[in-house]
Amino acid sequence: MTGTMGVSDSMAASDPILEVRNLQKYFQVTNGVLKAVDDVSLSIRRGETFGLVGESGCGKSTLGRTILRLYGATKGQVLFKGENVHQLKGDKLKKFNRAMQMVFQDPYASLNPRMTVGDIIAEGIDIHGLYSGAERRERVSELLHTVGLLEEHASRFPHEFSGGQRQRIGIARALAIEPEFIIADEPVSALDVSVQAQVINLFKRLQQEKWLTYLFIAHDLAMVKYISDRIGVMYLGALVEVARSNELYRQPLHPYTEALLSAIPIPDPEVERQRERIILEGDVPSPINPPSGCRFYARCPKAMPECQTETPALIQVEEEHEVACHLYKY
Amino acid sequence: MQNILEVKDLKVSFHTYAGEVQAVRGVSFDLKEGEVLAIVGESGCGKSVTSQTIMRLIPSPPSVIKGGSILFGENKVDLLKLSSKEMESIRGSEIGMVFQDPMTSLNPTMTIGKQITEGLVKHQGLSKEKAQKQALELLTMVGIPRPQTRIKQYPHEFSGGMRQRVMIAIALACRPKLLIADEPTTALDVTIQAQILDLLKDLQEQTGSSIIMITHNLGVVAEIAQRVAVMYAGKIVEQGTVDDIFYRSQHPYTKGLLHSVLRLDDEEKGELVPIEGMPPDLLAPPEGCAFAARCPHALNICLKEDPQPQIVQGEHQAACWLLDERAQKTAVR
Repeated sequence: MTGTMGVSDSMAASDPILEVRNLQKYFQVTNGVLKAVDDVSLSIRRGETFGLVGESGCGKSTLGRTILRLYGATKGQVLFKGENVHQLKGDKLKKFNRAMQMVFQDPYASLNPRMTVGDIIAEGIDIHGLYSGAERRERVSELLHTVGLLEEHASRFPHEFSGGQRQRIGIARALAIEPEFIIADEPVSALDVSVQAQVINLFKRLQQEKWLTYLFIAHDLAMVKYISDRIGVMYLGALVEVARSNELYRQPLHPYTEALLSAIPIPDPEVERQRERIILEGDVPSPINPPSGCRFYARCPKAMPECQTETPALIQVEEEHEVACHLYKY
Repeated sequence: MQNILEVKDLKVSFHTYAGEVQAVRGVSFDLKEGEVLAIVGESGCGKSVTSQTIMRLIPSPPSVIKGGSILFGENKVDLLKLSSKEMESIRGSEIGMVFQDPMTSLNPTMTIGKQITEGLVKHQGLSKEKAQKQALELLTMVGIPRPQTRIKQYPHEFSGGMRQRVMIAIALACRPKLLIADEPTTALDVTIQAQILDLLKDLQEQTGSSIIMITHNLGVVAEIAQRVAVMYAGKIVEQGTVDDIFYRSQHPYTKGLLHSVLRLDDEEKGELVPIEGMPPDLLAPPEGCAFAARCPHALNICLKEDPQPQIVQGEHQAACWLLDERAQKTAVR
């Protein structure tokens, strides 16, 4: 760890661009309260990529959407550059909407089929009144070029493009109003592997060129590990572990992270033959009226009596490594 | 070991408004008894059409089987020549199938007990009581807790992973010689995927049935398969043992696929190597090798003539002009 200390010190010195404090997002459903995000705190530094992983229904997308204000928060705060996002009004809100953008999962459903690609990309430019006429056209073709498409694509419609190309259009739309922060929610999971690599390379290049900060939400841990500086693991609405990405792989602390890493097959038959897999029993419990205590209790191979009654808090156990588990309380 | 399945030069097309889409363009492979074969490839490569043709499940029209044969079992019956009635007696009894989507492939209006016993009553002529008893055993075998209660429940009362277990129980009910699993874990979370793959491996060891696993996930292939066939644009471009494909791949597409996939155990963060471009439109497949337009090693001949599969060593075959001895003399590799 000593080798990376210098880096993490200087990173820690830079202020967080985003801070989430005890955020809750509950949904009222017919048979109770669905606790999609329950008391999540995290901070993201400028220029870094924070990966958020977890299985379906763990609340990772809801967290992303609540940060962006697509959902109102039930409780807690989202601070973007020190200001509470959920209380912004007027000009400040408009500024925030420009600063934070989102790239969606489904490249088929997230583009309006009746608009040309040029108009889709320029929609934000029009709303914020940034450019018009020739300047607007120029900006659109510049954006198309940036994401690896051609100028003449501006006059075409989404159905004329493949999945990978559509995702590039979605990225160009997000970039159009020069955001500082991009939330990418499963941006490549609908794409084939050979095309995934193209889009991931694009994300990386744009980050370097424009000093963007990413919140990268995905269920594919290999992908998240590759693109992220730090990773947060979610389970049933709670953040159970946060660490630098290689560290999380080398030394997972939470039993759920351990099981999750062990469940992912590695595309190498020799490695697979020698691997011992931790197979978790049962399914993820329902987030509607979730169990008290640690939410992983019922499936945890290392559960102790106190885990059933006491909810473990996220605590720092090492430099840049936090975990919410009673095993590491002392 | 005997072959349980021999697919020879299978060609399947679809008639669409735009014209004839040649989804499968001459696929040949064998499957031995007790073997797990993975068919891998990206969307639209024809892997699902191939498996559904073996089951004779693709609707016609719009599909047309343009040629080839599918020889199944000891007597090498050509499945393509059977009447639909004869096929019905094989489907579900000698060949079982597990589909990708456990949410839509079960009947929502029938209890799962009814859905499991259906095949047992129809194919094996069991009485209701006996079928019921066997259904309970099957549910226990696929790891569903409290089978006595669960057997009376409907699909919506099960989670995704549990539904896939039910699907597997149905597919295995009549002890088929061949199980075709089309992306059986794609819709599931990784921890549940691990459970299902574990279950499939265990059951395969117990029952000795052969499995064809259709998947796009190379990790799943490495975990479960003994042999692998790589499909691209309606053809098998390379096939061999799992080690042949992962460590000694010959076809540039296979190599590209292996390069572009991310590994969890990789600590390097260098630039990913994607395969540039896109697969060809199968409405008008190219004259030569379908991969030539994206291939970094393409030769002149690749654009004109389609390469035939060449034997690399033993069972390892690849369809690539670079393997031709004339190319080997000149090419810098």
